[in-house]
Amino acid sequence: MEVRFAGEKEDGRMAAVVHRRPPSTAEPPQRAHRISPTHRQAASTKTRAGRRTRILLTTLAAASLLFAGMRCASAQDCISCHSDASMTDSAGHSIAVDGKKFSASIHGSLQCSSCHTDIKGYPHPEKIAPVQCQTCHADQQSALSGSVHAKASQHPCTSCHGNAHEIFPKSDPRSAVYPLNVPKTCGACHSKDGVATKDGLPSVYPLYMDSIHGFALSKEGLLVAANCQSCHGSHGILRHTDPASPTFKANIPRTCGSCHAKINVEYEQGIHGHALAMHNPKAPVCTDCHTAHAILQPTQAAFRMQSTPICGNCHQDKFSTYRDTFHSQLGSLGGYVETARCWDCHGAHDVRPASDPASLIAPANLVTTCGRCHAGANLKFVQYQPHANARDRKMNPGLYYVRLFMNLLLISVLTFFLIHTILWLIRSRYEQVKSGKGGKNA
Amino acid sequence: MPEVETAPAAGEQKAAAPTRYFLRFTREQRYLHGVLFTTFLGLAATGLPLRFSGSFWARTFAAAVGGFGAILFFHKLCALVLTLAFLIHVKDLFTRAFMNGEKGIFWGPTSMVANWKDAKDLAAHMRWMVGLGPKPQFERYAYWEKFDYWAVFWGMVVIGFSGYAMWFAPFFAHFLPGWALNAVLVIHSEEGLLAILFIFSIHFVNTHLRPDSFPIDMVVFTGMESEEEFKHKRPLEYERLAAEGKLEARLGSEPPDWQRNFARVVGFTAVFIGLLLLVFTLTAYFD
Repeated sequence: MEVRFAGEKEDGRMAAVVHRRPPSTAEPPQRAHRISPTHRQAASTKTRAGRRTRILLTTLAAASLLFAGMRCASAQDCISCHSDASMTDSAGHSIAVDGKKFSASIHGSLQCSSCHTDIKGYPHPEKIAPVQCQTCHADQQSALSGSVHAKASQHPCTSCHGNAHEIFPKSDPRSAVYPLNVPKTCGACHSKDGVATKDGLPSVYPLYMDSIHGFALSKEGLLVAANCQSCHGSHGILRHTDPASPTFKANIPRTCGSCHAKINVEYEQGIHGHALAMHNPKAPVCTDCHTAHAILQPTQAAFRMQSTPICGNCHQDKFSTYRDTFHSQLGSLGGYVETARCWDCHGAHDVRPASDPASLIAPANLVTTCGRCHAGANLKFVQYQPHANARDRKMNPGLYYVRLFMNLLLISVLTFFLIHTILWLIRSRYEQVKSGKGGKNA
Repeated sequence: MPEVETAPAAGEQKAAAPTRYFLRFTREQRYLHGVLFTTFLGLAATGLPLRFSGSFWARTFAAAVGGFGAILFFHKLCALVLTLAFLIHVKDLFTRAFMNGEKGIFWGPTSMVANWKDAKDLAAHMRWMVGLGPKPQFERYAYWEKFDYWAVFWGMVVIGFSGYAMWFAPFFAHFLPGWALNAVLVIHSEEGLLAILFIFSIHFVNTHLRPDSFPIDMVVFTGMESEEEFKHKRPLEYERLAAEGKLEARLGSEPPDWQRNFARVVGFTAVFIGLLLLVFTLTAYFD
């Protein structure tokens, strides 16, 4: 069994490793992480790891006697064993460390024992204490411990930051938390068959990747494109039901507004923003119309097709009268995205009542608003009622009577002729059979 | 539509033994009917998905042809062709009535205008249906045929006007009150629905599917009908022409096979499409 020296390619026998330990300061800093191979167990079992380590045993035992009490002065010493890529602990977890990557990582200037504090020298105990990141990263740990990712059994630090010996700053494209890498990192759990999905959470990764934010990130590589942590935060992620969470309903406009500042101002000025400020639980926030993860470009046909019923969830009466109109009939058939949807007339973010002079549907603004689609719209044209109810005699008498007349005409003509034609059919057939002629002219 | 007109061959009637054929519809009338039912089917097929835009078949159809943009294009195209045919017909009536002084346009047995006899025929016909009297004798155009004609004529004006009012709404808004812009959709859609339901059920049965004509009355495609059929369906017209000595002037020749086959293919296709649309329309009510 060969264990290569991190710095050398050949001649990496264990004995050589042991002898070369002292001049470590000359080498580039190379660190290792905790070591807990159970040598005895490894020797006695027939597992792969066992066989591999068995050969090392004697040499190590001798070396340990020689250098007992001598402190592990540098990563170089640890790496000399842990550079074996196939090295595992008794539970089968890899305990290998890539010395080169470690020295390039953000923790590359630290000693192994800075994190693996219970390793004082060599040989070290089989079982060593878990690394405590909070020793240095206290703020992050305190945020994390209150978050949805607090469970230590899920290794929250390394789950997101990746291999503990290869952590890079978040501004480094190699980092698992580099903005362009964040969705993939979170998606490892938050997608189909991921750990989070198995816990009953929705698979949001594919939704995000197909969204306008996902495209901006994956196609355009925009560092400013919203990724998971832009909205959810990073260490202190809270459930959306927690009032302190940036994804708590009342906080969503502010969260989205941290990028979409102008729209947030418009929203706050509109009737929905006012309702939210008045703590109306029904007030829609950004995600109610745009969804949280599958956000589409609003001019896209798919979004225009799906969003009118969203307004209709609350505005049922308006949705029902809208559906009687040509706008809706056209709109629901697709392929004609220009057809007026709710926000084409009412505005999208600063929806205001018609009584507000700044409203798009204020009487004085109707010619302009309708005129955006209907070239030549005039004062009489805008008397058209986009929510007319032909069944409401008081509100729309003309329309009511027109519809009544048309229905009476339709019913009376069809009823009379149905009776007439059925009687005629029966009588004709009777004559035909009676005359004994099978064919025409009965 | 037949390409070649089988000219009425007057005076060539000595071969008495074979069936004689008489001209009922001129080429112009058959072309008019052809344009009418083709564009009507097109308008119905593109209008119904709008009327029942929430139904499954409407969305499937719309997706198949390219969404509402495509539907609107075909609807307007058919509307323009039909409007043109309608205007040509009206101009033709005007010329015949006022320029050529044809009296039969507005009154008399050959007119489409309803008269007292039609009212009596309707009552007598219905009495006969329930076995309370003899079958009435019909002239050139029976009452239900006149009704069909005027229903289409009225429908053309009403549906056409309301359709153009929607198409050019800002222009029509100069003359119409605001609520009329809402009303034109109701009028267009209800009258269109009436036309569709009427044509695809009542007209189909009255004209083509009733035992006298089953399965299709080809006279509107070939223009010709046999002497036997003529006498049976419209005895008064036959007798009048015979008495006036004008019967021979209407004599034609037996429609050639290709014309009959053409009529069958086109006719059955039209009836099939119509019945299919009727089924779709009715299912939309029970969704």
